[in-house]
Amino acid sequence: MQAGTIGWFARHESRLAWRDWLSMMTAGKRERWRLAAVALVLFAAFMHLVAYGMVARYADTATLDRTTLVTVTGCLMLMFLLMVSQAMESVTRAFYSRSDLDLILSSPVAARRLFVVRIATIAVTIVAMAGLLASPFINVLAVLGGPRWLSAYGVVGGMGALAAVLALALTVAMFRLLGPKRTRLIAQVIAAVIGAGFIIGLQVAAIQSYGTLSRIAILQSDAIVSHAPDIGNLIYLPARAVLGDLHALALVLAASLTALVISIIAFSSRFGDHAAAAAGVTTTGARQKRNAGFRVFSARRTLRHKEWRLLLRDPWLVSQSLIQLLYLLPPALMLWKSFASGTGASLLLVPVFVMGAGQLAGGLAWLAISGEDAPDLVATAPVPPDWVLRAKIEAVLGAIAFVFAPFIAAMALISPTDALIAAIGIAAAGVAATAIQLWFRAQAKRSHFRRRQISSRVATFAEAFVSIGLAATAGLAAGGTWFALATGAITLAILGGARLLAPRG
Amino acid sequence: MPTEIPSEALEIRDLVKTFDRPAVDHLNLTVRRGEFYALLGPNGAGKTTTLRMVAGLLRPNSGSIEIFGVDALTDPVAAKRVVAWVSDEPMIYDKLTPFEYLEFVAGLWGNDAQEAQMRAHALIGWLQLTEHAHERCEGFSKGMRQKVALAGALVHDPQLIILDEPLTGLDAGSARQVKTVLRDRVAAGGTVIMTTHILEVAERMADRIGVIAHGRLIGEGTLDELHRQAGGGHASLEDTFLALVAEQAAA
Repeated sequence: MQAGTIGWFARHESRLAWRDWLSMMTAGKRERWRLAAVALVLFAAFMHLVAYGMVARYADTATLDRTTLVTVTGCLMLMFLLMVSQAMESVTRAFYSRSDLDLILSSPVAARRLFVVRIATIAVTIVAMAGLLASPFINVLAVLGGPRWLSAYGVVGGMGALAAVLALALTVAMFRLLGPKRTRLIAQVIAAVIGAGFIIGLQVAAIQSYGTLSRIAILQSDAIVSHAPDIGNLIYLPARAVLGDLHALALVLAASLTALVISIIAFSSRFGDHAAAAAGVTTTGARQKRNAGFRVFSARRTLRHKEWRLLLRDPWLVSQSLIQLLYLLPPALMLWKSFASGTGASLLLVPVFVMGAGQLAGGLAWLAISGEDAPDLVATAPVPPDWVLRAKIEAVLGAIAFVFAPFIAAMALISPTDALIAAIGIAAAGVAATAIQLWFRAQAKRSHFRRRQISSRVATFAEAFVSIGLAATAGLAAGGTWFALATGAITLAILGGARLLAPRG
Repeated sequence: MPTEIPSEALEIRDLVKTFDRPAVDHLNLTVRRGEFYALLGPNGAGKTTTLRMVAGLLRPNSGSIEIFGVDALTDPVAAKRVVAWVSDEPMIYDKLTPFEYLEFVAGLWGNDAQEAQMRAHALIGWLQLTEHAHERCEGFSKGMRQKVALAGALVHDPQLIILDEPLTGLDAGSARQVKTVLRDRVAAGGTVIMTTHILEVAERMADRIGVIAHGRLIGEGTLDELHRQAGGGHASLEDTFLALVAEQAAA
């Protein structure tokens, strides 16, 4: 193949992507690929079971009434916004990661060809990710309701292409309006808000109208359906395509692929300029308020104070944590409504808070414990080594306590027992997530920790399952059932398994 | 704590550290109080490993390290109280300002706030960082970062400063500032141990020079003493150093 052509770049990019993916799945140990393959198959089987439970009853849906179309369109909209969010993250990363750009841009080949491939790769990645997530649901529907449901794969492809187009247009517009320096953080925040905003909005509306956290309830409500466009409106084309209308599918695919091709042609020539501008951004450190003078505390307090200061000054972490907190808004609203109406909704919220605490603690602990910019400085300081670690743990747990204390206090006004169970669950989730991050810590500079994909797979899964397990245990305990003991034991077993799998020494 | 003030700042006895192969091999080394000591050696000779053990960053397989009479292996916290470590890759916090960084270091070393603040202001002035004292370090050049790291090493007023290739990547102006600060430090009674590949710096600044190869000390002394150890007839430290290393390789 001739060097410097689009095909050549595509081969180069796919080889790198494949090796990245393999390394991610096997944690850099190639001999683990069999284990990774088995884990993938088991995960796929599990997801198909989950999908069966969720969508089996809709498999025979055939009537194209307005309620069905609105519900399917709403669900597609959710998925589309998540895709846009993911695509914006990818586009921003493509602009700002220098990696091989210096080499490519200084070489005599037409860099535009590389950017054609990179933009197309973003679209393909988004489609592949969405396709993987949607496939259990589509497969279950196709098996139970007939092959017409397979057209949903086409809709996922079209939506992925369109998401890449929209993300590219938004990011480039921000580049031009705000400049490369500001775009990075703002694009990250917008991506996160786009991803979470619609879901949260639907939940808030559902709580206000029906007192439930269900998003589907609001989509099927009379209020929404009666105000929705007429059944023949073009907005329902993707929904029709999902339900097996091949004509609609052809239109969706044609429109989205045309948009993708046009945007690749339009943006690829400028992509290099933007990437070069992003690479040329000299980060001038933000000026801080002048300190009145030195405040020297004890070494432990100094270490804790430093951790909080660094966590607060990490825009990526702050934006991620804010999004996690944003997800707590609907439950908080529900709590408030429950308090007003005297109903026992606090019971439903116990697992939500425990889960939220586990996730937030995991993120904070991961960055605080593994991320250390000056390990030599801390290691050569005249303090016992365990103080350093203890200060980091205290900083993480302190932050969790700060965030969740108001929720627990509010819950205590409705049900002191539920509040106590939630508090214990939150503490357990925080401690468990921190412990997992301690066992799997791999020290590196904080600036290298942009993406959680670099953390251990085992740690990520263990953290997620332990959070879910503790949330279930707390929820069952609040419900007064002895099943809580069983889920608690399973959760402890998962935690013990993570300890056994953690690297030693 | 010993009652008498020892005349040796650092005393290393029979130090061994093995990774895949011996990195430090029964090394004996003494650095006197108030001395500027340069530790030279080819790549992989064991210089950095030795100094990392002295700073408490690595644990040796065997041997002993005494810093101003304090056993650094049995009482590392007491030893660390009087030592500062500066590596070639300045490790500072991107999200802190130089002022906040120095405040943090002073807290770690448990310094008096007022004294530490006065020293911080003086260091920031000497190292010409005043203009950037309240800016986060994330946009700083390598030279500025190294100066912040050096200020951090000096703000707790250490008796022994260990520097591993501190001049790597610095421009001429920054390198001169660093050298001046170190020279002033020694003039004020402090002890400095520095590794460098810039032999001219060792030649001009060091009171004594140690040459290390394969984890062992193969030559030590003043410039004249080193010339003699290498068999004489060498015009520069570079010639002497290369002769000593070649002799060791041939042995």
